Amino acid sequence: MNTGTQALSNRATTAAVAGNFDRRNADWYVDKLIAGLVFVCGISAILFVLGIFFFVTREGIGFVFEKMDFREFFLTPYWSPSDAEDPEHGILALIAGTASVTGLAMLVAVPFSLGAAIYIAEFATGKTREALKVLVELLAAIPSVVWGFIGLVIMNPLLIKWFDVPVGLSVLNAGVILGLMAAPIMTSIAEDALKAVPDRYREAAEAMGATRWQVIYKVVLPAAKNGLLGGVLLGVGRGFGETMAVLMATGHAVNIPSSIFDSVRALTATIAAELGEAVVGGEHYQVLFTIGIFLFLITFIINLSADLIVRGIRKG
Amino acid sequence: MVELATRAATTDASQQAVAAVPNKLEVRNLTIRYGSDVALRDVSLSIREHEIFGIIGPANAGKTSFLKAINRMDVFTSGMRVEGEIHFAGRDTRHLNNVYALRSRIGVVFPLPVGLPMTVYDNVALSPRLRGINEKAELDVIVQRCLTRAALWDEVKDRLNALGSLLSGGQQQRLTIARALSQEPDLLMLDEFSIAVDPVTTMRIEDVLKELRQEVTIILVTNLVQQARRLADRTAFFLGGECVEIGVTEDLFTGEVKDQRTRDYVEGRFG
Repeated sequence: MNTGTQALSNRATTAAVAGNFDRRNADWYVDKLIAGLVFVCGISAILFVLGIFFFVTREGIGFVFEKMDFREFFLTPYWSPSDAEDPEHGILALIAGTASVTGLAMLVAVPFSLGAAIYIAEFATGKTREALKVLVELLAAIPSVVWGFIGLVIMNPLLIKWFDVPVGLSVLNAGVILGLMAAPIMTSIAEDALKAVPDRYREAAEAMGATRWQVIYKVVLPAAKNGLLGGVLLGVGRGFGETMAVLMATGHAVNIPSSIFDSVRALTATIAAELGEAVVGGEHYQVLFTIGIFLFLITFIINLSADLIVRGIRKG
Repeated sequence: MVELATRAATTDASQQAVAAVPNKLEVRNLTIRYGSDVALRDVSLSIREHEIFGIIGPANAGKTSFLKAINRMDVFTSGMRVEGEIHFAGRDTRHLNNVYALRSRIGVVFPLPVGLPMTVYDNVALSPRLRGINEKAELDVIVQRCLTRAALWDEVKDRLNALGSLLSGGQQQRLTIARALSQEPDLLMLDEFSIAVDPVTTMRIEDVLKELRQEVTIILVTNLVQQARRLADRTAFFLGGECVEIGVTEDLFTGEVKDQRTRDYVEGRFG
């Protein structure tokens, strides 16, 4: 008798419950609405990238197909695009400038920022740690023109004095400035990556008698390598794309450097400095946009290879 | 002799009662694939209202995949493909307009405790709040009842505002159970809940589960065959994606099995 009524009431609730599975309530519609909104946001990011690519390509493509000599463009170091009689469009020296400055910057920034991140994440405690984190973030917020100013006004005379060179605006100057600029961001990302490694990994290794350095080297760094690599590649991207500080600290001279004390000129700085004086739609203007296309492709390749490397690591 | 007779009698009685109660869950020809790997092959079974249904079996038997398919977690698990029919409360779960409504009726406790990064109180109050209950007094009652039932109230009543993710492993597991109970589910699925819980607490939770049987249907996936024996009315033995055997729990342990592999497993003679 008792079980009978219970079964009946159960059947009633069962039916009521089953009906609800089809009722699309407000929550369901809100969910769909939000899903649609974030979809639009996500898609718009792709649209913006395509739009920028389309614009840059449209401005520069005329030169690529009509007047560009690939051999001259990539393999000669002579850059005088505004010469009325015989303009020359070789960007080899500019590539060398960007590559040398970025390379030196990474030599400065990678060990420096990794060391800083390891100290902050693994060794520093309490107030030291908090203070360092705030300071690093403050450093990352310094505008690039201020860094350029430091290169121009402080580093320049120092380099002339120390190394007895005629000009202090050089690969060395720009590389150090760019390295110091990229280091805080790389430190911040690397520190996040190290902090994301669960403490139980450290405890498991420490319990076996591993020293702190052994724990860091054998367990923590391998576990964080994706994040660390991401940080480094972001730094490379930063160095590649940085314009103002590089413009001010390199000396802006078209030149394939034979030593770190030579002045150079970067791809980005060339666009920034010359776009204002080039006639819109003219050959000089188009060449600058062609450099833009080239920069775009390089960044794309860097990002893509970073992605592939990270994926490879994940599989392995 | 007497004991045997009593057992037979209770079995009879429970089977009669069972006949009057509709099936809570009916699974027909369920096959689950991840890419080209088959996690579960052609499983058919039905779970009755208000029973504790045990699922035992070694790792990679497809137990967790089975649970995931029931509350349609396959929607968000990429690569997971579910074939076959699952009827919950008489409804085919493949054809629902509102899959969230289904999930809100099914409570799940995962093997590793998940204390959400909010206060203990908010952890338990989350589901009622999602249902639209916002009155403090009402929430207080629900939180206390669920925490008490999960055998956690005495330990946390003085620090309900502490972060749930900072409790110890065993406490977080009980918090997870409290959270599942706060859904007031029709079906409670526990996936190896005692992995991170000490034996005393495990026994306390088991007692709670026995009481809960009055209100909800429970699927208990467990590595501990004795736990299935203590709690489950009927038990299924999964092995390598196959449902080897389903039977009244006591039968599986007293050797009344159809398949030799079941006997080997419950007696621990299994690699």
